[in-house]
Amino acid sequence: MAETSNELLKISKLRTVIKVRNGELVPVDGVDICVPFHSTVGIVGESGCGKSMTAMSVMGLLPKNVRIASGSIRLNGTELTELSPKEMRKITGDRMSIIFQEPMTSLNPVLTVGKQVREAIILHRNVSKEEAKKMVTEMFQSVGIPEPQRRYNAYPHELSGGLRQRVMIAMAMVCEPELLIADEPTTALDVTVEAQILHLMRKLRDEKNTSIMMITHNLGVVAEICDTVYVMYAGQVVEHTDVYEIFKNPCHPYTEGLMGSLPTVNSKERLKSIPGIVPKLDQLPKGCRLHDRCKYATERCKNEMPPLYDIGDGHTVRCFRMEEKGKAVE
Amino acid sequence: MEDRKVLVSAKSLTKTFKVKNGTVKAVGGVDIEIYKGETLALVGESGCGKSTLGRLLLRLIEPTSGEVIFDGKNITAMNNREMQQMRKEMQIVFQDPYSSIDPRFSVKRIIGEPLKAYKVFKTKKEQEDYIRELVEKVGIHKEDLERYPHQFSGGQRQRIGIARALALKPQLIVCDEPVSALDVSIQAQTLNLLHDLQREFDLTYLFISHDLAVVRYISDRVCVMFLGKICEIGNTEDIYRNPKHPYTYFLLSSTPKPDPLKRKEDKEILSGEAPSPMNPPSGCRFHTRCPYAKEICKKEEPAPVMLDGRLIACHFPLDEAGI
Repeated sequence: MAETSNELLKISKLRTVIKVRNGELVPVDGVDICVPFHSTVGIVGESGCGKSMTAMSVMGLLPKNVRIASGSIRLNGTELTELSPKEMRKITGDRMSIIFQEPMTSLNPVLTVGKQVREAIILHRNVSKEEAKKMVTEMFQSVGIPEPQRRYNAYPHELSGGLRQRVMIAMAMVCEPELLIADEPTTALDVTVEAQILHLMRKLRDEKNTSIMMITHNLGVVAEICDTVYVMYAGQVVEHTDVYEIFKNPCHPYTEGLMGSLPTVNSKERLKSIPGIVPKLDQLPKGCRLHDRCKYATERCKNEMPPLYDIGDGHTVRCFRMEEKGKAVE
Repeated sequence: MEDRKVLVSAKSLTKTFKVKNGTVKAVGGVDIEIYKGETLALVGESGCGKSTLGRLLLRLIEPTSGEVIFDGKNITAMNNREMQQMRKEMQIVFQDPYSSIDPRFSVKRIIGEPLKAYKVFKTKKEQEDYIRELVEKVGIHKEDLERYPHQFSGGQRQRIGIARALALKPQLIVCDEPVSALDVSIQAQTLNLLHDLQREFDLTYLFISHDLAVVRYISDRVCVMFLGKICEIGNTEDIYRNPKHPYTYFLLSSTPKPDPLKRKEDKEILSGEAPSPMNPPSGCRFHTRCPYAKEICKKEEPAPVMLDGRLIACHFPLDEAGI
């Protein structure tokens, strides 16, 4: 397959399955996502839509009972799904890295934060401990950790939530990866700190030429930092377009529902919530997965899975209502 | 607004907690009034004392000093027996619907407990009929009464928590981050429900939240707190359009707006982190992070004053800043 030059990460037809006692569940079911160079791509959806599972598939961090069943994940030309665990470890932390929602659980509580970040450097770069230490303090400086020399010897519990997330970002960015996956990086933080962290991520993206895959449920964060957006529902991408279009002209009923659920500035009208709840993975409905919550659903939606329709300028929507407007891309 | 009936008022309310190496003043001398039938939102970041204040107003925890007047009666001076009678009038809904309802109780029993405790109904039949009617109102099927919490989703569990709070027909419900643990679409359903119930049962809400978009949607008035003190209280729209306290301004400008056209890459960001409540700064508690702070702010704590119909505690309130 020929690589288009502007694609850093290309996920194609990814299918990730969880083995359970009586069969298999499919949290990621045929997902196509593309992260271009120098861009921030948002993956939005509610709990259980498969957004984190997609990220873990890319990072090769799947739990034992979960595997990639089919599909391809290419990072700048390297097919990740065919790599051995050893080869994969060379790439994670170096060419791509991840930050999580809760920095307290992703940092080792018995090691100083400086040592943990230093470890990431020594693993991937041929440098001495002293050089690595210097790199750590410089990185701490650039992620805005005050008194980096002193903080080098601090343990995670001695830092506030915001500082811990800065340490995580320092660790993720210290090898200047091509791709940074951020899985709900600001969800656990207060708003004033969230604003600081988003600002920092934007700065590092521009300075280090890193692309960001931003996984979030917060449409505010998407509007703030992303260039393009994928909306996921029940393991599938249901809509994809650029950030301005998604807010101006959401076409999938689920995206429309998400936007309607947001309290808006000038209106005290009832929120247009989506009725019902997200289906469980072992109870996915036949046909379109949204049909029993969708006000536009027809007989056809109950039986047939809609393909993604391209309705122009790369705006794709998984809904039969778009059949007239565009052509199916799957 | 002025002639509206005050349902709850607190005077110089303080709460000090003992910790390992000293004390933390979680709530430091707060005066606040909640009008009957309104939704007053309490906003602020973690550790600002908003939940503690909510619990003090219900006397779920004892204040270190100060008093709370509920419906004309001083509840801080009441003995247990009197207090028990008052509790019917005031209920609370918690953030985490997973840990705030007993996993071993059926829905019927969860909602029945308060009714049983106050012997509201003479017969089981009457109580059951009432519960059935009540759960329908919060959007739980009456067929599900025998089911247990783990059989419900987070949103439905929150509905059960709301039904329990409603069971005794209280006047005041303190909602402590009631939608923070819920997904966006479920959050909208729950906010709509709270709104409908307020109308139907003539409820007064104290709505504690850190989500400023939700607060703007649901509340009539807002009270902004920082490190145990009130910064600003006023009508929601006034405050959102024209925040006068610098902290309110930064809270609002920090909140990511769901509109990419309003993206401001160079927006002003509040630097630093919240100071420790164990060792709060002198003078105005916000001065260490406030870009407008002057000498006086370090020395003198600003007294709350009325300004354009709202209460504000700042030496240099902002004028028409606009966000």
